[in-house]
Amino acid sequence: MKFPDDLKYTREHEWVRIKGKKAVVGITDYAQKELGDVVYVELPEVGDEVVHDEQFGVIESVKTVSDLFSPLTGEVVKVNEELEDRPELVNEDPYIDGWMIQIELSEPNEVGKLLSSEDYEEYVDEEMGEIE
Amino acid sequence: MVEFAGWEMPVYYSGINAEHRAVRTAAGLFDTSHMGEMEIRGPRAKDFLQRITSNDLDRITSGDGIYTALLNKRGGVIDDLIIYDFGERYLLCVNAGNKDKDFAWIEEQAGVGVEIEDISDNTAMLALQGPASERIISKLMDANIEKLRYMRLLSAKVAGVDCSISRTGYTGEDGFELFCPAEQTVKLWGEITDAGERDGLVPAGLGARDTLRIEMGYPLWGAELDEEHTPLESGIGWICRWDKNDFIGKKALIRQKEAGTENTIAGIEMLERGVPRGHYPVFDKNEKVGLITSGTMSPSLGVGIALARISRNSARVGNQLDVIIHDKPRNTKVVKLPFIEETSLERSAP
Repeated sequence: MKFPDDLKYTREHEWVRIKGKKAVVGITDYAQKELGDVVYVELPEVGDEVVHDEQFGVIESVKTVSDLFSPLTGEVVKVNEELEDRPELVNEDPYIDGWMIQIELSEPNEVGKLLSSEDYEEYVDEEMGEIE
Repeated sequence: MVEFAGWEMPVYYSGINAEHRAVRTAAGLFDTSHMGEMEIRGPRAKDFLQRITSNDLDRITSGDGIYTALLNKRGGVIDDLIIYDFGERYLLCVNAGNKDKDFAWIEEQAGVGVEIEDISDNTAMLALQGPASERIISKLMDANIEKLRYMRLLSAKVAGVDCSISRTGYTGEDGFELFCPAEQTVKLWGEITDAGERDGLVPAGLGARDTLRIEMGYPLWGAELDEEHTPLESGIGWICRWDKNDFIGKKALIRQKEAGTENTIAGIEMLERGVPRGHYPVFDKNEKVGLITSGTMSPSLGVGIALARISRNSARVGNQLDVIIHDKPRNTKVVKLPFIEETSLERSAP
């Protein structure tokens, strides 16, 4: 399982790539493995507001429906429209081609609440320990 | 892994879509040992089964299986099952989650001359499904399996394990269900997976079992079938044989048949993005006409498909309906079942 160390993470299994005042958001390798084959992703539209810890979309695998929670607050400036036709990109390449939205941050200080890759990996290990 | 009717079962091994495609194009092996098995014996066994099930055992002979249902007095489906005629005994293959309930009901109905035994704990069951199934199982058998017709039984050794083999399944593909002694399952599983490896066989879990049966429009107890609805309202009216003697539920069914049924099970295909799922409401114009009973993204078609219990008036093929998905109405149309027509079962079965 991959946890790139240039990314930040959440306990809801999202990753964030910070670029100045913008942030790209997707779900982690662990999350896509847990979901199984992703068949549908519903994302907000460009211009929509997303709020830290609040739902911004839906992701569905063959068997499950899960809400997507925004790691940060801001305005959606880009949406990965390719996921409409190719939701399987989330499984194939969760950190690059499987990205979901780009946010223009309105509360940049929220970035401090995100987990480092080390902390997230530790969190996942604990969660997996509980499952087994 | 999920808990299913008291069994720990895998939803998938490698991935639902990959397993699904393997079954449609090559083969998949399912561990269906959770299914319940009961034996009915005794001089009155056949008469007894005729009275408690809706299909007609006079339509089969020794070595055949038949799809049928246990009905309550209101005609509701207690369970759907396959009965196999072994000549001197009958084997009932029932849903795992209903096994104890079925057994209690059957015992309650039984009189003298009927012996009932729950053999589920000693009986394992594997389902080998897909167009390559015959080729794979042939490698492990001396007996000539090519001649075994659909819904026929053969008792033979497979990789040295004594099996009862039925040419049937729940996927729409050609294939076999194998009953064997529980302690031999691991050996049989290993032998079949080894023999099938070069033919593209993969282990397949509950997830693919569900997507495969939905594509065929096969009902599942607890989704399309339950005790509150009769076979006539559930797309399996054909298993009620009116010409046979009285059976439990027959009177209620005849009354319902004369009055007409309001609802039926229909196939629905998405005309826009989205995955229809169980319990989502279905609308015709602005009127609610029913609920989705099972739905999925079809791995074969790449589009959302569903079975729905809806008003007959809205169920004509081509009619456009809305399904509410994540609080938004999405356009769908009624299609003919099954969703998938060209399968290896269609090619091989009479």
